[in-house]
Amino acid sequence: MGLVLQFVPYSEIEELGPARRVNKLLDIAKQNKIVLLEGRLKKEEEKDLIEITMEEVSNKFKGIELAVINPQKKDQGILKGVKSGMINLLLGDRQGFTIIGPATIVKQIKKDPDKIELFTKDIKNKKKK
Amino acid sequence: MVVNLIKKFINKVLRNIFKNKKKVKLGLYGPPNGGKTTLANRICQDWLGEDMGSVSNVAHETREIQIKEQVTIKSKDGKELSFNLVDTPGIATKIDYEDFIKAGMKEKEAKTRAKEATKGVIDSIKWLDDMDTVVIVLDSTKDPYSQVNITIIGNLQARDIPVLIIANKIDLKKSKIKKVQAAFPQYEVIGISGKYGKNMDKFYEGLFALIN
Repeated sequence: MGLVLQFVPYSEIEELGPARRVNKLLDIAKQNKIVLLEGRLKKEEEKDLIEITMEEVSNKFKGIELAVINPQKKDQGILKGVKSGMINLLLGDRQGFTIIGPATIVKQIKKDPDKIELFTKDIKNKKKK
Repeated sequence: MVVNLIKKFINKVLRNIFKNKKKVKLGLYGPPNGGKTTLANRICQDWLGEDMGSVSNVAHETREIQIKEQVTIKSKDGKELSFNLVDTPGIATKIDYEDFIKAGMKEKEAKTRAKEATKGVIDSIKWLDDMDTVVIVLDSTKDPYSQVNITIIGNLQARDIPVLIIANKIDLKKSKIKKVQAAFPQYEVIGISGKYGKNMDKFYEGLFALIN
């Protein structure tokens, strides 16, 4: 079976409560699919995701690899700062994206601020985004 | 936004009130094998003359919360700082019992360790809210941009809990303190070797600055 990436638009989780959001994403990962979420979870929800993942770890499900790409830029001038503040206010958690991969498939997600490297267990070639 | 600011202010006021009534809980947090227990042992050896827990090269050696009550450290100018030191199991997003088998364990032992390790992670996360101050212990030879690190620090920041970041294992050639500093520019990062006690004076100064 090939590598399956499931895109989840933010609108699909927007109306859900924190627990249902986390469970929805985790359920996809447990089906051995890599979740590509538009936007990001709240910090509290990320913490819950780790906690719930640990509760679900078994001999078959080994956990997840998680990475969040946030478009925040450092050292921006006042004008750009105000502009990005406005964008933050309007878009909130819709900005950036989140990758959640089952640990049985994703060996490691290496993240530099502007680059993500996803190393898979079954596929020897590494994929760069 | 305003509600958040009010919440943070109330949290800070409450924390300061209770800080005077009870011992400060100082938590050691971070990913597995960062050197939390080695640092805890170093602190306890320096000020109490005894160890706190066992250390190992195999990840998830600490699988239960360990507390050393009433640790008192002294500054060069004679000030004292007392806290309850809380050593926590390393926080991870995955635990594979086969990794423990690769490290030389038998299958049954590896599965038990994996089960205990998952519980340890859950306990660490649950205790996060109870901490007054947190020292994040990172292995400075490893990639600091791990999402676990960012998630822990983000949650502490949201609760307005003071954080000090330790870039541990500076005795190793691969150690890159600057990379840790670049990853968390808004925090003070102190490079130490918990194993050899290098830069511990700077670490204690950092604690005084953070808690007082």
